[in-house]
Amino acid sequence: MNKPQRNQVALNTFGPGAQALFHTVLGLFALMCIVPFLFVIIISFTSEDSIRQIGYSFMPLSWSTQAYGYVFRLGDALWRSYFNSFLITVIGTVLSVAICVLYSYPLYRKDFKYRGFFNFMSFFTMIFGGGLVPTFVVCKTLLGLSDNYAALIVPLLFSPFNVIVMRTFFQTTVPRELIEASTIDGAGEYRTLLQIVLPVVKPGIATIALLNALAFWNEWFLSLLYITKNMDVIPLQYLLMRMQRNADFLAKNSAMLGADAAQAARNLPSQSLKMALVVFIVVPIACAYPFFQRYVVAGLTVGSVKG
Amino acid sequence: MKVRPMHRWSWKDFWLLTMVLPGAIWLLLIRYLPMLGVVIAFKDYKAQKPNTFWNNLIKSKWVGFKNFAFLKSPATVTMIRNTLLYNGVWIVLVLILAVTLAVMMSELKNRFAAKAYQTMMFFPYFLSWVVASYFVLAFLDPTSGMIPSIQKSLGLKPTQFYMTTTWWPLILTISNLWKNVGYSSVLYLAAITGIDTTLYEAAAVDGATKWQQVWHVTLPGIRPMIVILLIMSVGKIFNADFGLFYNVPQNSGPLYPVTQVIDTYVYNTYANTHNLGMSAAAGLLQSVVGCICIVITNGVVRKIDAESSLF
Repeated sequence: MNKPQRNQVALNTFGPGAQALFHTVLGLFALMCIVPFLFVIIISFTSEDSIRQIGYSFMPLSWSTQAYGYVFRLGDALWRSYFNSFLITVIGTVLSVAICVLYSYPLYRKDFKYRGFFNFMSFFTMIFGGGLVPTFVVCKTLLGLSDNYAALIVPLLFSPFNVIVMRTFFQTTVPRELIEASTIDGAGEYRTLLQIVLPVVKPGIATIALLNALAFWNEWFLSLLYITKNMDVIPLQYLLMRMQRNADFLAKNSAMLGADAAQAARNLPSQSLKMALVVFIVVPIACAYPFFQRYVVAGLTVGSVKG
Repeated sequence: MKVRPMHRWSWKDFWLLTMVLPGAIWLLLIRYLPMLGVVIAFKDYKAQKPNTFWNNLIKSKWVGFKNFAFLKSPATVTMIRNTLLYNGVWIVLVLILAVTLAVMMSELKNRFAAKAYQTMMFFPYFLSWVVASYFVLAFLDPTSGMIPSIQKSLGLKPTQFYMTTTWWPLILTISNLWKNVGYSSVLYLAAITGIDTTLYEAAAVDGATKWQQVWHVTLPGIRPMIVILLIMSVGKIFNADFGLFYNVPQNSGPLYPVTQVIDTYVYNTYANTHNLGMSAAAGLLQSVVGCICIVITNGVVRKIDAESSLF
């Protein structure tokens, strides 16, 4: 029994030559994917002297943690936006998961009278939308989403794609008999959902939560649109985006303003500082990533297999 | 025959309705109300007294198709060309690369290595374009970026990347592939893992080499996935990735001939001129054409392979 099986396995894999080729191609591409991040980490630990002399390099002349010292001294603006990023991510994720689960559960229930209607209501927005400007005008003037936390959370609270993912999780993991049994036992709809169904779809909820958390953590577009005056609410991503422009402004103007300003600009480790901030944004993702990767893969696969 | 009292109102439907309510309200306010708002595209939208949404919408003057006049400008041709060309080329490139890499990963004997490659390749998908723009900056920054620095050390004139259009089609392409190929190949890999292994055994028994198995078993096996991802991307061919085109080239004016796409045009028009009517017009055109695209591609797919179509 053992021998023919082994034989088959041998027939069913590529030879050593092809394997080596695959490893080379995949290894190179995989490396390309993380090298920019490694490069930014290196830059953030590079001394300003080295940057001034040979620019950004994988092998700097000298190392320094000066940039991180400055990051910590940036004080309020930085910690505030770091806090905002966490706040927006936590509140946004909790609310959007709740809304998503509540919306997709009735769509899974075949006996829900208005199932088709609400299914279409969500799906239609995937193929047609009013566009950026009308959405912006409605959110800003009608709903008052401007210069506040709500503006950075509300427009992202619902995603038709996530509804499809969640509905598919219900369909594949919750047997319909479970609900019938629960109804016969006299449990109300909410009790059935919370006590009977939710424990079964925990992996689905984890997936949705991660997709949402990622979307909120990486969000900068809403800040660009809706935050014009109140910089106390901006998340880290947008701070980083603004910093790029301000630093450019400083660099461009230093030449015109004469030696003093140029000197001041040069003393600021603006180059490595920005890269240190990038590291600050990516580190939470990079740390959590290996653990949540499989949930995200599950969610994305489910979502794209049946849209 | 079983008679089901379908139209009878019941408490069950009521409770289920309360569940969909938060999502439905969100959809009405943030998705459907703006669809009414597309009339802005046909109006000279100005703040009225009192400055409320409905008042502005109703009292602003109708201007017919005046807001669509931008269509005649040469910049429009450029941005539409850019959007379609970049998206078209990238759809093909991502498809070929992602399928190739996924097949390779699935055939690796060393499962640990395969897992490691997948983890590394998937990583860029989790980063924002703001972060990615800094990655690009690390290489191209005019004062200390790696490439200009190397040019300087070799005694060459450093390239002003954010001022010269030459390299941007390539830079944008690399950025896009960097972010999206890993993601797609993970999806294809999941589809490959789902293929019935007895098919490979049967093929092997019939004397098919491994290459033939890939061609006749693996590729047909992931065809539905390929078709679905293709429909989704062809349907979105008029929607450019705003983050990529706005952040990576730092929204630099001199680069517009090769970096301006419909999405950045809509935003820049609004941001620079506050001409809401014109941006709305551009956005409306984009939505309508995009919608038609999805319906057509889906129709074509349904003709060829009804199982794979989206709706």
